[in-house]
Amino acid sequence: MIEERFRARNILPYLLLLLLTSPLLVGYLWLIIATFSRRTFGLQPDSLTLANWQFLWNFDTWQGSIWAVTLNTLLLAAGLAIVVVALSSLAGYALSRLDFIGRRAFMSLTLVLHAFPSVTLLIAIYFVLRELRLYNTIAGVILVKVALEMPLGMWLMKGFFDNVPWDIERAAMVDGASRLRIWWQIVLPLIRPGIAALAIFSFISGWNEFLIPYTFILSRQRATLAVYLQQLVGDSRFVDYGQVAAIGLFQMLPVLLFFLFTQRYLLNIYAGGVKGGA
Amino acid sequence: MAESTVHPPSKALVAQPTLSHRLRASATALLFLLPAAALVITFFIVPVIITLYISMTDMSTSTFSDPNFIGLQNYSRMFRSGAMGKIVRNTVFYVGTTLALFNVGMALVIALLTTHIPRRSGAFFRALWLLPRITPSVVYIMIWKYLAADAPFGVFNQVLQPLGIAPENWVLAAPWTMVILVNGFIGASFGMIIFTSAIESIPESYLHASRVDGATALQTIRYVILPLLRWPLLFVMTYQTLSLMTSFEQILLLTDGGPGYYTTETWALQAYHRALSNYFGNVNFGLGAALAAVLVLIGVILAIVYLRVFRFGELVQEPKIETL
Repeated sequence: MIEERFRARNILPYLLLLLLTSPLLVGYLWLIIATFSRRTFGLQPDSLTLANWQFLWNFDTWQGSIWAVTLNTLLLAAGLAIVVVALSSLAGYALSRLDFIGRRAFMSLTLVLHAFPSVTLLIAIYFVLRELRLYNTIAGVILVKVALEMPLGMWLMKGFFDNVPWDIERAAMVDGASRLRIWWQIVLPLIRPGIAALAIFSFISGWNEFLIPYTFILSRQRATLAVYLQQLVGDSRFVDYGQVAAIGLFQMLPVLLFFLFTQRYLLNIYAGGVKGGA
Repeated sequence: MAESTVHPPSKALVAQPTLSHRLRASATALLFLLPAAALVITFFIVPVIITLYISMTDMSTSTFSDPNFIGLQNYSRMFRSGAMGKIVRNTVFYVGTTLALFNVGMALVIALLTTHIPRRSGAFFRALWLLPRITPSVVYIMIWKYLAADAPFGVFNQVLQPLGIAPENWVLAAPWTMVILVNGFIGASFGMIIFTSAIESIPESYLHASRVDGATALQTIRYVILPLLRWPLLFVMTYQTLSLMTSFEQILLLTDGGPGYYTTETWALQAYHRALSNYFGNVNFGLGAALAAVLVLIGVILAIVYLRVFRFGELVQEPKIETL
C-alpha cells in the first residue's frame, strides 16, 4: 500500500511532463516521419520514400539549387558570428577595463537597447539601408542583424572579461605593451569559451533568421533558407508537405547538432534574455 | 604601486584617477568602442529619429520622394480609425493570455516539475522545451500548421475525432488558440530557464525543514518556493510583456493577422503591414511609423523602468583597472 503510493507519487511528475510536452514530441516526430513518406495521415505514413530528399542532388527544382540558397544562409550566419564576436569583444573589453568619459552613459544605453524592442525599428532601418545602398544585399542584412545583437554581445563579453584576473594584464602593461596588444595576445585567449558560446549563438541566430532577409532582400538569388522555405509553404501550387518538411529538417540539422553539443553554454545566453518569439 | 601587483589594491590605496588619466583612457576606449558605437548609432539611434520624423509626414507609395509634414495627423488618424479598437483589444488579449498561460504559468510548472525529478531527466525535458526557440521559425510554424491540418492528415483531428469533435482545419477554426499555443510553446522556455536556476539556488535545508514539518509537495511550493521566486517572477513578467507586445513574426507566418478581417492582427503586426508589406496595395510609411513610434515609446519606458527596478546600479559597477 505504502509502496504503491510512493510509486504513484514518483511517476506523476513524469506523466504530467509528458502530457504537457506532447505537442512538441508529436510535432517533431511528424517532421521526421513526413520527410520519408509520400503522405502522412496523422503520424502514419502511407508509403516510405526517399523522394523528398531529391532536392539535395536534383538541381532542376523550380527555384534553382538548394545549395546556392544554403551558401547564402551560411554567409549570413558566419558573417554575423564573426562580426558580432569581433565588435563585442572589442567593446566589452573597454567596458570592463577602461574608465573612460561617458562610460556610465554608454553602459546604460547598452542595457536599455538590450531590452529595447528592435523589430519596431524595421521601417526606419529600411530607409537607412536604402541610403547606404545596402538594401537587397546580404551584407546589409548582416549589418542590421549585427547591430541588433550588439547590446547582448557587448554585455556578455564584458561579463567574461570581468572574470579574468587582471594581474597578468598589469604586468604586461608595466612592460609597456599597448592596450590593443594586451587585448589580442593576453586577454582574448583567456575567454575562449565565452567567445565560442557567443559565436555559436550568433551563428544559430543568423542561420534561423527569417524576418530581416524576408523584409530587406528581394532577389531570389539572394534568398536564405528560411525565406526560400516560406516561399514554398506560401505557394499554392506547391503543397508537397513531404518535400517542404525535408527542406525544413535540412535547415534544422546544423542547429540541432550545435545544440546537442553545446547546450550548456547556450543555456546561459538564452537565460540572458533573448527576444523574438516572445 | 609596485608592491600592489601581488594583491589587488584596496580602493583607498589607489590614486584617484586624474583628468589626464581619464582623457587618455577615453582615447583608448574610443578605439575599442568605435565600431560597435557606429553600428548602434546607424541602426538604433538614427532609426528612432527617422521613425519619429516619418510618423509626422504623409509618406506613402504615392508621395515617396516628396512627403509633406503633417504634424500629429497620423496619430489622430490612428486613434480615430475603426479597426484600431479591435487591434488594441487583440493585442491586450494576446499579450495577457500568452503571458499568463505560458510565459509565466507553463514556465513555472515546467521548472517545478523538472527540478522535482532526477537531474538528468529534468535536463532532458528542459532541452525539449528549448527546441522551439532554436527551430527556424518557418519550420516551427510549418509543424504546427500540419498538426492542425484538415481531416485525414492533421494530428489534432485524429486525437479529437474519437472524442466526438468534428474535424476542422484548426488554424482557421480556432485562430487565437493556435496563435497562443504557437507563441506560448516558444515563450515558456525563457521563464523556465530563469525559474529553474532560481529554484536550484534555494538552499537544500529550506526544503528539508519543510519536509520535516510534514508539508506536502504542494504546500512546499506554495509556502517555501513561490515566495522565494517573487523577483524572478516579476522579472519574467515585465520582460516578456515587452517581448510579446512587439514580436509578430510567428503570427505573420501562422495567420498573417487573419483569417478574415483583423481577427488576429496585433499592434506590432499592423505597423509592419502598414509600412512594409502590400496589405492594401498602398504602403503607408507615415501611419506605420506612427504605430511603431508608440511601441518604441512604450519600449523605452518599460526598458528604463525595468532596469531601475532590477538593480541596474550593481550591473554598472566600476571597472577594475582604471588608473594605469
